[in-house]
Amino acid sequence: MTTTDPSVTAREPQGKRRVGDVVFANSAKGSGILILAILAGVAAFLIGQSYDSLAANTANFFTSSEWGANTREAPAFGVAALAFGTVLAAAIALIIATPIAIGIALFIVYYAPRRVAAVLGYVVDLLAAIPSVVYGLWGIGWLVVQLVPFYASLETYLGWIPFFSGPVSTTGRTMLTVGIVLAVMILPIITAMSRDVFQQVPQSHREAALALGATRWEMIRMAVLPFGRPGIIGGAMLGLGRALGETMAVAMILSPSLVISWFLLQSGNQTIAAHIALQYPEATGYGVSALISAGLVLFAITLVVNMAARFVVSRRKEFA
Amino acid sequence: MSASTQLSPSSTEGGSTPSANTLSLGGTLPKPMPPATLAAIVVLGAGTLYALDAWSLPMLAVITIVGYMVAITTASAFYENGRKAKDRLVTAVVYTCFALAMVPLVSVLWTVLSSGLVRLDGYFLQVSMNGVTPSMDAGGAYHAIVGTLMITGFAAVVSIPIGLLTAVYLVEYGRGRLKQAITFFVDVMTGIPSIVAGLFVVALWIMLFGPGKTNGAAGAIALSVLMIPVVVRSCEEMLRLVPNELREASYALGVPKWLTIVKVVLPTAIAGITTGIMLALARVIGETAPLILTAGSSAVAINWNLFEGQMMSLPVFIYSQVRMGGAINYERAWAAALTLIIVVMLLFFAARMISRLFAPKLGR
Repeated sequence: MTTTDPSVTAREPQGKRRVGDVVFANSAKGSGILILAILAGVAAFLIGQSYDSLAANTANFFTSSEWGANTREAPAFGVAALAFGTVLAAAIALIIATPIAIGIALFIVYYAPRRVAAVLGYVVDLLAAIPSVVYGLWGIGWLVVQLVPFYASLETYLGWIPFFSGPVSTTGRTMLTVGIVLAVMILPIITAMSRDVFQQVPQSHREAALALGATRWEMIRMAVLPFGRPGIIGGAMLGLGRALGETMAVAMILSPSLVISWFLLQSGNQTIAAHIALQYPEATGYGVSALISAGLVLFAITLVVNMAARFVVSRRKEFA
Repeated sequence: MSASTQLSPSSTEGGSTPSANTLSLGGTLPKPMPPATLAAIVVLGAGTLYALDAWSLPMLAVITIVGYMVAITTASAFYENGRKAKDRLVTAVVYTCFALAMVPLVSVLWTVLSSGLVRLDGYFLQVSMNGVTPSMDAGGAYHAIVGTLMITGFAAVVSIPIGLLTAVYLVEYGRGRLKQAITFFVDVMTGIPSIVAGLFVVALWIMLFGPGKTNGAAGAIALSVLMIPVVVRSCEEMLRLVPNELREASYALGVPKWLTIVKVVLPTAIAGITTGIMLALARVIGETAPLILTAGSSAVAINWNLFEGQMMSLPVFIYSQVRMGGAINYERAWAAALTLIIVVMLLFFAARMISRLFAPKLGR
């Protein structure tokens, strides 16, 4: 590896400390501490500003689904439906994106001709460069039109599965559409992580499998996938974190309602992030404070998911 | 790749010997067979759909993929063996996965390009929405372009020094607990949802200036929260790539540490650092949600002042036009989306070019 840790190996000359050195070292250290302060500030300000509304709330914040916060008298609001919608949308996205992302990563590393593989990697990265508001526009302008007939046949043939039962939304602005758009958005994240680990599979493992007469798929199943599993899981969880916090695509596509619904083909549900973006411009009374409380819940959920992802990925580094 | 297929005997003659049975290598399908099958199925599927008057491109794609998978697997199971059949099936699945990922990319770029060109012209880029009613056939995105440049520019001015200095600290100075804590929390910060960054600034602004105060600077601070961790990560990686010999040579000449960093380490890594910063810019320039909360979503006039009044930006312009919902609003939204994508793609490719052209030559 070319990466080194100069703070340990390269010793600066010891002697009298120059003014420039002291200033530079302290400003570098100060920026680092500033970052910690910003993160602490995010948590502290969110908690501080949410306290008002939570103290005045007359409904149970965690089990109630209504959103009657835009008042000064006895606000009643809760995040139950919002949290459910957030997790549901992210889960759909993850279920769709993970297998496809693994397939793409395998394609780029093991199937595509070596010469074009790097270019194909860039092409997949381009998906990550497109802003989410453009995905939202694409979702309502193009995707829903394509999906409505597909949803109709899905209901006809698979309607006996509770998720797909009708009546199908005629606009296509449903949870499943949101899940598909989110899946497209997290695809490059999961692909990049999986590609990284697949490239690190020791060549000796792969050659050993091939030498024993394994086909390419058997080599992948026996040598590549077991080695790459932590990377795939870590990538999927990073993608999950992104999907949980995604705002614009959901706010633009979904026709929302604050209910807990399992019917993916009907309009309904709402996510925390989209709810904040839609409600904020009209928030009065305890409204802003209540939205900040909802944001705090989102912050907590994504924090847990991201820390778990980092933990899984870093554990792989220790053992690999 | 083809090593395993070359091992197999040319025909099934040797099939009776025990060793061939246990290895069950069987025969091999001729090499042009898979592409030929694929072509045949496309033609056949297209013909059938056309004859049944049910022509549609997605239908043809589904028929082709499923048909090819069934055909190649059966053929392989019949002429080769079960294991190779599975291998060929998986190959088809993996290719399909990649093709599937190209569908949204191509369709996003195509729809944005074709719908955006309807309205994107010099006029659109040079006038604002000041005094234009939503359904009037006039108005453009100049105020949004100004806002995007001002807000992202200010965000860059705030984040680049902080991010770069933190990276310098982590690589050149940091040790012990503080370094670990910063590394960990920078990772955590990467995962902060953009809307939460927006709420953070809302909460901060309420405490500092009272409720209901929106301006461009608030938006820029929110974007900085999202940009700093990306800058730190990429700069840190680049600084670690600088060979230690360079630092040691500089120390040996009696150069102080801070001058070593400024004159030797940073210039060596400057190409990579620039790339990282441009990618970070490309990421935040498309952020919408935090700007709706902090810089407002209803500005129509050109505003050059970051500290006073609402400021429109391209992503928020797209969103607010879509919310109005008329045909002409959608046209404006598409044109603004095309402008935004062009800006992002330029940043993206410029970053790649810089990293390719000016990468430090580490090999001897």
